[in-house]
Amino acid sequence: MAYFQDLFGDAWPLVWTLVKIVVIVMPILGAVAYLTYFERKVIGYIQVRIGPNRVGPIGLLQPIADAVKILLKEIIIPSGANKFLFVAAPVLAIAPALVAWAVVPFSPELVLSNIDASLLFILAVTSMGVYGVIVAGWASNSKYAFLGAIRSSAQIVSYEIAMGFALVGVLMVAHSLNLGQIVKGQTGSGFWSWYFVPLFPLFLVYLISGVAETNRAPFDVAEGETEIVAGFHVEYSGMTFSVFYLAEYANMILVSALCSLMFLGGWLPPFNFAPFTWIPGFLWLLLKIAFILFLFLWFRATFPRYRYDQIMRLGWKVFIPVTLVWIVVIGAWMQTPFWLW
Amino acid sequence: MKWLKDFFRTFLLVELVQGMVLTGRYLFARKITVQFPEEKTPQSNRFRGLHALRRYANGEERCIACKLCEAVCPALAITIESEQREDGTRRTTRYDIDLSKCIFCGFCEESCPVDSIVETRIFEYHAEKRSELLYTKQMLLAIGDKNEAQIAADRAQDARYR
Repeated sequence: MAYFQDLFGDAWPLVWTLVKIVVIVMPILGAVAYLTYFERKVIGYIQVRIGPNRVGPIGLLQPIADAVKILLKEIIIPSGANKFLFVAAPVLAIAPALVAWAVVPFSPELVLSNIDASLLFILAVTSMGVYGVIVAGWASNSKYAFLGAIRSSAQIVSYEIAMGFALVGVLMVAHSLNLGQIVKGQTGSGFWSWYFVPLFPLFLVYLISGVAETNRAPFDVAEGETEIVAGFHVEYSGMTFSVFYLAEYANMILVSALCSLMFLGGWLPPFNFAPFTWIPGFLWLLLKIAFILFLFLWFRATFPRYRYDQIMRLGWKVFIPVTLVWIVVIGAWMQTPFWLW
Repeated sequence: MKWLKDFFRTFLLVELVQGMVLTGRYLFARKITVQFPEEKTPQSNRFRGLHALRRYANGEERCIACKLCEAVCPALAITIESEQREDGTRRTTRYDIDLSKCIFCGFCEESCPVDSIVETRIFEYHAEKRSELLYTKQMLLAIGDKNEAQIAADRAQDARYR
């Protein structure tokens, strides 16, 4: 380490930060690639099919084949499109999905930047993601893309509120905005001391809002193949399209990670005795993320798409009242001796 | 009371969970995919695939150029020209099937009085050019010669019902 420090001199902090970024981003992109594989397999199995099984053993090389294929495809920019914004939109979509990982703690010590307002940072950064969708829909200069962008922005803005309120419940209980502190606040004798127990309605609201935020089925009206072809990315092809794809899946992983950190006790084992304590915390976090991702895929395989007005009704007339009421309940509950968390 | 029950059923996502239990059960169900090149689904002896022209056991071609198949073909895929051979029988000089027009209805096979034009079980064939889908008399006879055993067996199996 000292050798490298001498080698780079003053540039060392920059280089070291870059190394850390690469170490975090590369596994995420790998996870995104294999999440697509996992999705095709799980949905295939639920539909009594086998899913990809031709490229490599049990189809394990399928995502790599897909990546190579899409890298070689032509990027078509429509003649009526705003070229700069058209190309900038996918970057706007994926950047927040990756930036947010800066504050996600993987274990008590392992976090890129341990800032105190990390929950606020995450809220701020993830709500930027909608700009990618809006800009893409607008810059394409296409009716379907524009409709997709309008739908998606209205939907994301509505669910952002419910999501924010759900997080208010978490920070009330944890007395902290720091994700690491939030997880430490859930330390106890087992899974019943995790926050999803007292905050169960908020947990559900957060999970469902997360599905809506990432434009996943059954809230995928922004894409809505059967209605508006592919929504905001109908004009995109090749690498620009695949960046949107990456962003969608990176966002899924991020929402799952946040959900497991804030409600499912992050790296904490479900029971405080062997053999559960033998498994390292990092692995517990991964398991929880994988479980929530599996729920995402399960939802997609089970539920038909919501109608647009139903999505709006659910967001404004169900989720926001539920979260508000539960925040008050939690506030009152915390003043009583029956508060155990 | 009913509205209270309905409220809780909706609020606790009872029906959504039931739906997920159903799909979750199918996650572990036996998969019904047939891995095509390695496995194949069973085929009926009446399968209507690629066409063939048959011969009698002595090598004489069956077709007598009655043109019933040409007349019955709803897609106008069959073209026949005929003339008298030296021995006085009527034979085709041209028997073309345009497979890009053919709808594989099997009417040609049904109309044939001498079981000459038949549809075989072959379905894995391809053409790289449109013109390669125009099958001539020689090609059809060759298919018939190659698959005569299977064709005859299928016809024999179906003989009771014809």
